Amino acid sequence: MKASAPLLLEIGCEEIPAGMVAGACGELKVLLEKYLSAENLLGEESVETFGSPRRLTAICRGLRVRQEDVQREVVGPPKAVAFDATGKPTRAAESFAAKQGVPIGSLYAVSTPRGECVAARQVILGRPAAERLGEILPRVIGEIPWPKTMHWTGASGLRFIRPIRWIVAMLAKHTIRFELQAVRAGNSTRGHRFLGKANIPVTGPQDYLSKLRRNFVLARPVERRQKVEREMGKLASRRGLQVNSDDALLELVTYLNEYPTAILGDFDAAYLELPEEILITVMRGHQKYFALRDREGKLAAHFLAVINLNLDSKGLVRAGHERVLRARFADARFFWQADERCRLADNLAKLSQVTFQAKLGSYGEKVERVRALARWLAEQWLARGVHGVNVADVDRAAELAKCDLVTDMVREFSELQGVVGGLYARAQGESEEVACAVYDHYQPTGLSEPMPRNLTGATVALADKLDTLVGCFAVGLVPTGSSDPFALRRAALGAVRIILGQGLGLSLSEAVAAAARGFAAHSLKLRVDRETEKKVLEFLVDRARYVFVQSEGLANDEINAALAAGWDDLVDAAERIRAVRAIRKTGNFEPLAVSFKRIRKILEKAGPEDKWRLPAVQPELFEHQAERKLHAAAQRVAKEAEGHKRAKRYREALQQIAELRPEVDDFFDQVMVMAEQEGVRKNRLTLLRGFLDEFSTIADFAELTPAEK
Amino acid sequence: MRSKGKLEPAKGPTFQELLLQLETFWARRDCVLQQPYDVEMGAGTMHPETFFRVLGPEPYRVAYVQPSRRPADGRYGENPNRLYKHHQLQVVLKPAPADIQDLYLESIRAIGINLREHDIRFEEDNWESPTLGAWGIGWQVLLDGLEITQFTYFQQCGGVDLDPVSVELTYGLDRIAAYLQGVDSVFDLLWSGSQRYGTVRLAEEQQFSAYSFDYADAAVTRNLFDLHEQESARLLRDYASSDEAGKKRFPVLAAYDQCLKCSHLFNVLDSRGVISVTERATLIGRVRQLACRTAAAYLEQISAVPEGVQGAL
Repeated sequence: MKASAPLLLEIGCEEIPAGMVAGACGELKVLLEKYLSAENLLGEESVETFGSPRRLTAICRGLRVRQEDVQREVVGPPKAVAFDATGKPTRAAESFAAKQGVPIGSLYAVSTPRGECVAARQVILGRPAAERLGEILPRVIGEIPWPKTMHWTGASGLRFIRPIRWIVAMLAKHTIRFELQAVRAGNSTRGHRFLGKANIPVTGPQDYLSKLRRNFVLARPVERRQKVEREMGKLASRRGLQVNSDDALLELVTYLNEYPTAILGDFDAAYLELPEEILITVMRGHQKYFALRDREGKLAAHFLAVINLNLDSKGLVRAGHERVLRARFADARFFWQADERCRLADNLAKLSQVTFQAKLGSYGEKVERVRALARWLAEQWLARGVHGVNVADVDRAAELAKCDLVTDMVREFSELQGVVGGLYARAQGESEEVACAVYDHYQPTGLSEPMPRNLTGATVALADKLDTLVGCFAVGLVPTGSSDPFALRRAALGAVRIILGQGLGLSLSEAVAAAARGFAAHSLKLRVDRETEKKVLEFLVDRARYVFVQSEGLANDEINAALAAGWDDLVDAAERIRAVRAIRKTGNFEPLAVSFKRIRKILEKAGPEDKWRLPAVQPELFEHQAERKLHAAAQRVAKEAEGHKRAKRYREALQQIAELRPEVDDFFDQVMVMAEQEGVRKNRLTLLRGFLDEFSTIADFAELTPAEK
Repeated sequence: MRSKGKLEPAKGPTFQELLLQLETFWARRDCVLQQPYDVEMGAGTMHPETFFRVLGPEPYRVAYVQPSRRPADGRYGENPNRLYKHHQLQVVLKPAPADIQDLYLESIRAIGINLREHDIRFEEDNWESPTLGAWGIGWQVLLDGLEITQFTYFQQCGGVDLDPVSVELTYGLDRIAAYLQGVDSVFDLLWSGSQRYGTVRLAEEQQFSAYSFDYADAAVTRNLFDLHEQESARLLRDYASSDEAGKKRFPVLAAYDQCLKCSHLFNVLDSRGVISVTERATLIGRVRQLACRTAAAYLEQISAVPEGVQGAL
């Protein structure tokens, strides 16, 4: 018998929500590998998982067919008890051997702390994998975590994302025996719901994929995705068009179909008079169609639908989809025209009827707060010499920003909030600056999502996000774990990206305090305490760290070092982090960082500062040349570095500081800081304290962890 | 040459034939064929034959058409697809059979749809009715991109966790018929061999849209809501204070009728545009309370009845 064999597991389900399949496959792999290695069954080969709407599949090309045998020594009674004077085994020995299931002759002596004893060597035979798998696999299936689960066999039954209807579980060509929710694991899979056979015996991973393919199931998502892309590209180019690229939608249709096929449909060109954002949203949101563009980038009166069939030879599917889209567009046009009759600003009154959050009042109140905060921010930019912002524009954009929430269009397509407001603002004669700002003010919605196009939009967006953050924190709606119903992480991420992206030098703590004042001013009289402001700031800084790591590839210790020297102005902090990153590669820097750590430790050990710190370093107390040299060098470098720092030439400043390395090294080579004589010791400590303070204003080098060799 | 792909007009069944085909299909699968309930409601789920039957342990199968009123969806008969009142075919199977998806697809085949020539899919859609304290897990079933059925594994109803789990199929009859007949507007549907949907229903659409958007007196409607709520609450209170014998024959079902009235009146107020967001949540909560208390009373009542006749409405 071979030592390893392939494992195939397929969990056959009723349609799993498209957005959850990929995540579940990841979890399935982790769980299966965890259990298999705990059971000593996992060899060199890892587990591969993939899925489609109706199945989650796991394959391991080489699983051990049997656990390794394990030897175990069991210590029994003392030798003196086990054998009589003549060396014959006693009753005690006999019963010990019987209990361990070994012949009495195989007992042997071992020395133990309680003296010499008899022992038995037990061999625990590894169990066959097939047997263990029968226990492991149902457990693994039951442990796959899902966002929302259901019962289908009754309240005592398993919870899963959707009912499980069949299971394939095979080791080599043998079926693994187990049963889950009255479903018996077997060797028979099912093809495409309409095009394939309902009962397809397989012999293992080797023919699983090919048999499914013959039955119109492309089990691997990558195959499905490529098929869709290929077919869409072909259909588009035949008409001289291009697919409006949409990666999220592509991912969605990949997991919505087992055998995806792209078809092209048409719609009445008269609908092209509607804004393209609306047309695309209608096509994408409900219908999951891709839009097409002509050579000039204008929307074409066609769409691509991805269907779960091999072909549409009679054009029935195409006609059906065209008909549905016609009705959807007719609806959208009705809403667009109905909303257009009403001026955006007239909606302001209605906003006081729309709750923002029960404890935080209405959207009407939010608009007032955001206006005040946005004006405050705009004044900050002006005070800092930032050009291209007009307080009146910012105020107008903030005033109109939420007015689209009560339009029919946004009620129907909530993902178009902001966009619809911007479009109406433009159509109703607002300036391009204001219309753009309204349009963009929910952006950025993620790490790589687009930013507001102008500073007016960035200002309103920042004010809106800060207001949401401070308000929610003040009433205790703080995100925990995976629960973040008000999308506060996204709001904070957006705020940080706007500040960094626009290069807006701003005191974060002042901005948060300004947002907090807004809540005290309005009718709710909500007082935001210092502690809350602090939490919001920490939350923002935490998101800033995330941005530094994710979008600039900065290292955590570089970020920690720079932020330890201050984070209130994130733009400035970013400059300092980049400087640390640039300089740390130079020869002197890392060793110097090690010395900084040493200094910090020495100072910590020296106890409270008031016990030893002198008003100033006293050169007459120096005993070593190295002390004098360090002091002199530090004073000289401090002056130069300060000049660079003031001009925000952080790299040059750090370069200067790094050149102190020889003096620092000499100091530690030659000087014992904790000298016997009190005055000398205090003087040395004071020197080091001043040194550390002086050179930690750009970054705290002690935070840097030495690069691994 | 690719075919033009235009639907041939008026091929499919008339509206009433469609209804009969589906009812026949489910009647043959051991469903009790019920009639529409005679109180206004927003969905077939609210019919006592669903609301109460899914509670408790007794198996049951039922199918019926329920005209469903959604005042806010009214468009004065001017929109080809949106209706003040549409028709749902509601099927409830308790417990949910293991081959329920296949059964459902057979019913789609039974109304003349070749599944190999159409794009049929199950897309995630978890149904929820906050006024009934009910929710379930399932899909909307799409036929060539058109939503034709809500398919739900009922998890909770009237705030009660369901065991066994029922499956609920809700077919949107008006739009399925329009699709099958290849008409763009439901009003052009052939209802019978000679009468169109518009002839049968247009005036009703116009007048009830006008009533719910323009004519309904907000103060009177609020008053009615309060009165029905009081009546329902009074009954539930009296039930709670009844002795065992009194409970057995207590009109719990009548308390539910009053709760249904509240639900519909809430919808009228909503479409009239006279309730704010916060008030909205409060009103929904008030109706849900009645629904949940009714469900609890019903469960207690049937558990006192000897086995065999359990669950009789």
